[in-house]
Amino acid sequence: MHDFAKVLYLLATALFIFGIKQLSKVSTARRGNATAGLGMLLAIVTTLIAPGEGDQVIHLSWPLIVAGILIGGVLGTWMARRVAMTGMPEMVALFNGFGGLASLLVALAVFWGDYLAAGDLAAAPSAEAEGLGLTGPVVWSAAVILSILVGGVTLTGSLVAMAKLMGKVGDKLLPARHLITLGLLAAAVLFGWLGGWAAAGGWAAFALILLTIVSFALGVHLVLPIGGADMPVVISLLNSYSGIAASMAGFVIGNSLLIVAGALVGASGLILTDQMCKGMNRTLLHVLVGGFGGDSVSEDARDYSNIRSYSPEDAAADLQLADKVIIVPGYGMAVSQAQHVVKELGDLLMARGCEVKYAIHSVAGRMPGHMNVLLAEADVPHDLLFPTEEINGDFKSADVAVVVGANDVVNPAAIEDPNSKIAGMPILHVHEARTVHMIKRSLSPGYAGIKNPLFERDNCFMCFGDGKEFLQGVVDELKNA
Amino acid sequence: MLLILFLFVFMLAVFVGFEIITKVPQKLHTPLMSGANAVSGITIVGALTCAHADYPFLAQALGFIAIVTASINVFGGFVVTDRMLAMFGGKKRKK
Repeated sequence: MHDFAKVLYLLATALFIFGIKQLSKVSTARRGNATAGLGMLLAIVTTLIAPGEGDQVIHLSWPLIVAGILIGGVLGTWMARRVAMTGMPEMVALFNGFGGLASLLVALAVFWGDYLAAGDLAAAPSAEAEGLGLTGPVVWSAAVILSILVGGVTLTGSLVAMAKLMGKVGDKLLPARHLITLGLLAAAVLFGWLGGWAAAGGWAAFALILLTIVSFALGVHLVLPIGGADMPVVISLLNSYSGIAASMAGFVIGNSLLIVAGALVGASGLILTDQMCKGMNRTLLHVLVGGFGGDSVSEDARDYSNIRSYSPEDAAADLQLADKVIIVPGYGMAVSQAQHVVKELGDLLMARGCEVKYAIHSVAGRMPGHMNVLLAEADVPHDLLFPTEEINGDFKSADVAVVVGANDVVNPAAIEDPNSKIAGMPILHVHEARTVHMIKRSLSPGYAGIKNPLFERDNCFMCFGDGKEFLQGVVDELKNA
Repeated sequence: MLLILFLFVFMLAVFVGFEIITKVPQKLHTPLMSGANAVSGITIVGALTCAHADYPFLAQALGFIAIVTASINVFGGFVVTDRMLAMFGGKKRKK
C-alpha cells in the first residue's frame, strides 16, 4: 500500500510539473491549471488513504479533516467566484498569505505533536524523520525554523501588500529601517537557534512562538516601505516565498511531494520576479531595500511649462481623424475601472476603419499582467495587446497614443536623460506618436517622483480627469459625431 | 541517507522550475502566478498529516487551522485561475 501511495505521489509530482509548464503557454494555459488541479486532488486523496511516507501508521482525525476541507474549500471557492477582476491582485495576495500561514502551522503542529510530546531533544526529531532516516535533529530543526520564518513572512507580507493594493496603507519609511531589519533577522536567528537546538521542552516551544512573532513582524516591516508601483515585484516574490515555505514543510514532514511542488513554485516565482525587475531596469535588491519606491518627490517634479490641456471634445476630434491609434493603459485605468469604456472606445474607432492596438508595459499596474487581466475582462481581443518590445516600433506611425493613467512607463527621460532616476528603464515610446493624449488626474508625478518631460512636448495634450469619466465623454462625442 | 536524497530532489526541482518557465508571455503573468500559488497549497498534504488522532490537542488545533487555510489557498487558487483563463480564451464566452 505504501509503495503504491508513493507511485501516486510521483504521478502527482509529474502532473504539477506538466501543469506549470502548460500554464506558461497561451494555448495550453487553461488545461495546465486543470492538470495541476488534478495533481492536487490525487495528492490529497493519496494522503487520506495512506498518510505518512514511512512505515508508521497515522490515525487521522477524520472530523477535523472533513470539517477543515469543507470550510476552507467552500470559503476559498466562494471568494474566488465572487471577486471582480479589478480585485484580482488583492485576491492573489490573500490566497498566497494563506498558503504561507498553512506551512507555518504545519511546522508548529508537527513540532508540538512529535517533538514536544516526545519530551526531549534526543527522543525528538519526529517519528517521520526517524522512519525516513533523516540524520537527526539538526536538519529537521532547520526545516522547522525555515518553515516558520518564511511562512510567517509570506503571511504578513502578503497581508500588507493586500492592504496597500486596497489603498488602506501608504508607503512608510521608518528612519532606522535597515537597523530594524537587521535586528529582526538577528532575533530570528537567536530564537531559531534556541527553539531548534539550544533550548529543550517548553522553552524550545516558547522560543518558536517568539520566532513566529518575529517572522510576522519581519513580513510587515519588509513590505511596508515598498512603493505601490513596485508591487508587481513584491507580489511575485511573495508567491515564490510561499513555495519555499511549502518546500521546507516538506522537509519537516519528510514528504518529497511537498519538497518538489514547493521548489517548483519557488523557482517559477523567482523567474517572474526577475522579469518584473527587468521591466523596471532595477535589481531585486534595489526593490527590497526600497530604492525610490518611497522617496520624496523631487523639487522640480511639479514645475511644468508649456502645458496644453484637452477636453473630451478636443480628444474626440483628434481621434476622428486618426487612422492608427495606440492605447496605453496604466494603473490609472485600474483605479478608475475604465477598462470597459476603453474597450468601447477601441471598438468605436475600429468600426470607423481605424487601426487600434494596445501597448502593455510589463510593470503597468500592481501585479504581473494586471492590465491583461482587466482588458480580458472587458473582452478586448488579446491579439490586439502587445508588449513593450513588440509595439515600440509602431508609435512612429501612430496618429494618436491614448495614455490612460500611466506615467513613468512612458517617461522619455528614461532613454534621453542618462542622469534620470529611471534612466535605462524600458519605456513605451509614446512620445514618437504624432499626438499623445495623456489622460491623468493631474500633473502629479508617478511613483518615481520625477518630472515627465513628455507633458511639455508640443505633441502632448493633457486630458485632466478621471479616466473613466473622460473616456466616456470622448466616446459620447464620437457617437454623436 | 534519505536526507541527502531529499536535498537532491529539492535541488533538481529548483532547476526544473527554472527550466520549464523561461519566457512567460506577459498575458499569462497573472494566471501563472495564481496557478503556481494554488500549487504551493500542496502544504495541505502536510496539514492533513497533522490531523493526527494521537497528537495533543494544541497540535491538532494547529493542524485544523492549517487544513482550513491550505484549502482556501488550493480551492480558491485553482478556481480563480480558471476564471481568469476562461476569460482569456474569449471564444466560448457568451455575450
